[in-house]
Amino acid sequence: MQKVVEMKGITKVFPGVKANDDVNFELLKGEIHVLLGENGAGKTTLMNILYGLYQPDAGEIYVNGQKVNIKSPGDAIKLGIGMVHQHFMLVHNFTVAENIVLGSEPKKGIKIDMQKAIKDTKELADRYGFKIDPNAVIEDITVGQQQKVEILKALYRGADILILDEPTAVLTPQEIEELGVILKNLVKEGKSIILITHKLKEVMAMSDRVTIVRRGKVIDTVYTKDTNIDELAEMMVGRKVNLVVQKDEAKPGKVVLKVENISALDHRKLPALKGVNLEVRAGEIVGIAGVDGNGQTELIEVITGLRKPTEGRVYINDKDVTGKTPRDIIEAGVGHIPEDRHKRGLVLKYSLYENAVLGNHYKLPFAKGIMMNYNKIKEYARKLIDEFDVRTPNEEVFASALSGGNQQKFIAAREINKDPELIIAAQPTRGIDVGAIEYIHKRLVEERDKGRAILLVSLELDEILALSDRIAVIYDGQIVDILDAKSATEHELGILMAGGTLKKQA
Amino acid sequence: MANGSIPVVVALLAATFRLATPLIFAALGGVISERSGVVNIGLEGIMIVGAFFAVYGSSLTGNPWVGLLFAVVSGALVAAIHAVLSIHLKADQTVSGVAINLFAGALTSFLIFKLFGRQGQTDGVAALPYPTETMAKIPVIGPFLAELNWFVFMAIILVFVVHYVLYYTPLGLRIRAVGEHPKAADTLGINVYKIRYLCVIMSGVFAGLGGATLSIGVMNLFREGMVSGRGFIALAAMIFGNWKPFGATAASFLFAFAQAFEILAQKFGWALPTEAYLAFPYILTMLALAGFVGKTTPPAADGVPYNKGER
Repeated sequence: MQKVVEMKGITKVFPGVKANDDVNFELLKGEIHVLLGENGAGKTTLMNILYGLYQPDAGEIYVNGQKVNIKSPGDAIKLGIGMVHQHFMLVHNFTVAENIVLGSEPKKGIKIDMQKAIKDTKELADRYGFKIDPNAVIEDITVGQQQKVEILKALYRGADILILDEPTAVLTPQEIEELGVILKNLVKEGKSIILITHKLKEVMAMSDRVTIVRRGKVIDTVYTKDTNIDELAEMMVGRKVNLVVQKDEAKPGKVVLKVENISALDHRKLPALKGVNLEVRAGEIVGIAGVDGNGQTELIEVITGLRKPTEGRVYINDKDVTGKTPRDIIEAGVGHIPEDRHKRGLVLKYSLYENAVLGNHYKLPFAKGIMMNYNKIKEYARKLIDEFDVRTPNEEVFASALSGGNQQKFIAAREINKDPELIIAAQPTRGIDVGAIEYIHKRLVEERDKGRAILLVSLELDEILALSDRIAVIYDGQIVDILDAKSATEHELGILMAGGTLKKQA
Repeated sequence: MANGSIPVVVALLAATFRLATPLIFAALGGVISERSGVVNIGLEGIMIVGAFFAVYGSSLTGNPWVGLLFAVVSGALVAAIHAVLSIHLKADQTVSGVAINLFAGALTSFLIFKLFGRQGQTDGVAALPYPTETMAKIPVIGPFLAELNWFVFMAIILVFVVHYVLYYTPLGLRIRAVGEHPKAADTLGINVYKIRYLCVIMSGVFAGLGGATLSIGVMNLFREGMVSGRGFIALAAMIFGNWKPFGATAASFLFAFAQAFEILAQKFGWALPTEAYLAFPYILTMLALAGFVGKTTPPAADGVPYNKGER
């Protein structure tokens, strides 16, 4: 088989980190090749080099046998390389068609030929069976559709080599399946695909070959059919990994969180929550399952004081905290691992030690009167880093310098160390690696066993099923059913999440 | 051009157009720059520089059109300083803009002395003539058009040009993309820095024109303090107009109307101190910004330097 991409001896150094260390990688024509590795292993860096976003410090790249020098994404596009980034590169207030043609617009005189752009988009979408309205504005369509726009963007530029960075991180189970079919179809057309992921199930389902990267180095390249999940996990993390969450029977105690008939509006002032009732007891994990955008975000915001409900009450330990400030609610015993770690979890341009005390910064021993005690703060930050195995050179670096998984571990460390009675974990493992997932899952179960109440919100059904003791399904701003996690099946949850009802047998 | 025989309404309208013109130029400059993601509060300073060099160019050659060219080039050069500072060196764009405003006042004050050997204001020079005679022949609106100078017509045409470029050409699509999500543009092979440089420099060209309007359009000399906050009012018009060429133009007309009305109202003989009339347009500016604007949305990456290759 013909090699379409060959990267030899690629080395890339960022301040303090060797992101790629003498990496060799090759992609054959017509294969789906997974780059597997933990967060911060250097997968995205390697692909950003191939796409011209970063320049390597050493190494050579060959595309279709020719040695190339890719200085910018423009060069990569000319070589037929397209990339779908983990954080979508879409202009949110442009239409689908505008996003697709941006940078290579069809022209009529000096004017953009918008008619042609729309027609081309439509034809391209139809050819791959995507149901997308070229005139829809990006911010109005679902994340799954946005991803298809990203794929179309690459195809519109004639990409033969397609790089997808963590494409399933934001998709529902159904959308993931659909993506699998799309990728298989693209390969049939002779395209070659590189898939960056850390999700082992998808590696097994979607790929032909796997290259495993760990701490900037390639560990091995193997055929998917010759390997298995456990072996891959071990190569990726560098040790044996326990993929199944071990937990004993829950011993629920008193009610810690009580949500009574809560209604709230979303940021567009449309009703997002329509009378939600929920209880979480000490010593149990309640999982909220649902498709993205059914009110999960608003529910968490109401509980944590970030959004005012239009109706209803929230009680923590029987104390009414409805409409209180986030600080009051933290004081009432709530720890919050937010769903968007960049927006709400960390101040990216603060050092780790400053981030370590956010929310506690005004208390002893970190502050006395108007003075901060930085010795104590740094000491505390080092403790968090040690305890949660956060990979960082030291506590002085900006939070933005850490990989997603390590950022998340750091946030979890901070919130758990506040010693809260209720932990709200919103998508605690979104976009992070197996090692970090395993660790965070283990810690959440431990905290449950210590008698804390845990509210888990996740779009990943596997996670909900693995961790929860009870599962509340949210649909269109309402809790439609609460199931016992021991007997709930993925199938049942899928029906409820899509707005259906379960036939109860009398 | 005061002409006793024209009706008050026509005079008011014509004054509104004349006063709106410098605001429109500068506000369009602001729209172009900010749509690409660079805040340019140095518009005021660029107007001052443009106003001065328009006079200097005219005085050197006796030809006001050369003055116009001087205004455009000097505006572009000052804007280029802002571009280097804020795009290349990633300086704080507000600070850079303030620096330009301070620099412009001092520079022109110095140059008046150096080049004209006077203080406070330059000599009178050849100003851009009004196309009165040609316009007056047009039926019905002729008498009104005769009250306007060339700058007014230029400004109105440029509003349409800027709108067309921003919304109907590939360049405009790219400018807007760079202002909203520069990294997305970068990943599509669009040179973010190049687009931003172009837009900031163009904003200087427009603000320079705005300055020239005051010095060789309305008057025939440059005087210290003659711009008197119009750059800031133009910024307000840009925000009020929601970063859109037509919106900014409409807002410029509103503010200009307030000014024109001020001049007219002084003749009403109301028992108000003169300062109250003078303050009128500024009060309107503040009210517009504070209360009536409602929700305007700046470009998402406005004021944020772009760092290529940042992790």
